[in-house]
Amino acid sequence: MKNKNFIRIIPKLDIKNGMLIKGINLEGLRVLGDPFNFAKYYYENHADEICYIDNVATLYGTNNLSSFISQTAKNIFIPISVGGGIRNIQDIERIFKAGADKVCINSAVIDNPKFLHQASRIFGSANITVVIEYVKIDNKYFITKSTGRDLVNCNPLNWARKVEQYGAGEIFLTSVNHEGLNNGFDIKTINKISKSVSIPVIAHGGAGSVKHIVDLVKKTNVSGVSISSIIHYDIAHIFKKKKFSLGNLSYLNNIKKNKKTKNFIKLIKKTLAEKGFNVRN
Amino acid sequence: MSETKFDKIKVGVVDLKSHNLFSIMQAVKNIGYKTSIISGPKELKKNDIVILPGVGSFKYAMKYLNKTGLSHELDNHTLHKKKLLFGICLGMLLLFSKSTEFGDTRGLNFLSGNVKKFKKDTVKVPHVGWNTIKNKNMKLFPEKLTKEKFYFIHSYYCVPRSNNEINTVTNYGKLKFCSSVIKDNIFGTQFHPEKSGIPGLKILKILKNLI
Repeated sequence: MKNKNFIRIIPKLDIKNGMLIKGINLEGLRVLGDPFNFAKYYYENHADEICYIDNVATLYGTNNLSSFISQTAKNIFIPISVGGGIRNIQDIERIFKAGADKVCINSAVIDNPKFLHQASRIFGSANITVVIEYVKIDNKYFITKSTGRDLVNCNPLNWARKVEQYGAGEIFLTSVNHEGLNNGFDIKTINKISKSVSIPVIAHGGAGSVKHIVDLVKKTNVSGVSISSIIHYDIAHIFKKKKFSLGNLSYLNNIKKNKKTKNFIKLIKKTLAEKGFNVRN
Repeated sequence: MSETKFDKIKVGVVDLKSHNLFSIMQAVKNIGYKTSIISGPKELKKNDIVILPGVGSFKYAMKYLNKTGLSHELDNHTLHKKKLLFGICLGMLLLFSKSTEFGDTRGLNFLSGNVKKFKKDTVKVPHVGWNTIKNKNMKLFPEKLTKEKFYFIHSYYCVPRSNNEINTVTNYGKLKFCSSVIKDNIFGTQFHPEKSGIPGLKILKILKNLI
């Protein structure tokens, strides 16, 4: 059956110490610049939602995204989802107060599924997104915690059904094997998971071209696609300064200034619309 | 009153202890309205427009409005002073007589009708994302604006008793539901104008024409 959902294109911005970073297979992080500049650019270029993930928060038990969230919510009038390091109800409250619309939780739900139940009762299911990061090793599936650092012996399909029962409003599904490689999505697994739950599924991990995204939308019933490297690297040169003082200097200082931007988000939507899918453009 | 400047219009946003207060405040400020947060009945009184936001549970929100005396003052604002009340998402559903979420709960009862939950059999629930709107009776929104898409995030929808109060409708799966209502000085949208980019901000500008 044809995917009739309104497909959302959601830029994912991974943040570390206040900087936008991007890695491969959730590892090997590279610093790209001020995340707000990127978010604003995406807002002005048809992004449907902005997703901020504080990548090291789970690891260090900290949470310092609040000021970013507020700055974003003051200037960007599309939904903002925020994740990374959320451990308890107070964390969620703080993030919402700062101006986020949805929270994304992973590790804390794996540690204690009842926390999800409690959070969705208090804040409404629709505002609680569960992040599922799965990895395939020797033909066996695992889910991961702490942004891919710890393996948990649990099948992602069963886990997706379970988080739906516990009150998740949406699933943000990342294939760790495909993440950052730009080789296309794990369509088979994504399709299986998306069809077995009745909450929306956002697919992430592997977008390297417009065709990859069209294929995914065509062959699954996902409600959205989250993209990162493909768009971040496409526009990083726009924010090129004379000299960078922070970040991956050898990379940033060597970006070509006169590079032409492909404007992937608009391009993706235009292509999806031409193929008869619902998008906001 | 459409000649009035935005900064002369006092817009109060009810703090329902739900989390989208910040976004709504920012969007309303962005238009230029004089904005404030309403925490109690006293603060509600001085406003030309009251916005009832709300995300989360109908039952919890009604309990809060009743406990704080806000529901009584909302009656005063809306029914006696005939000033504009604008409900967003759950805030629009609260305008109705009752909801069947977690057992029957009485709403503010400014509009008669019921609140129902989407059935999971054919569509994804909650309904999250962008969708279209179609003018029904009022033509409150300029035709051009109805060509745009708006951001929805909800599991419940309203069923007004009177068709005349339906301002726009939206299709979700096979269901056609009411996506905005208008009756005199009572206005509500199921979608979030504060999260719907430029078209959403235009809806917030329209509030001025309604006072």
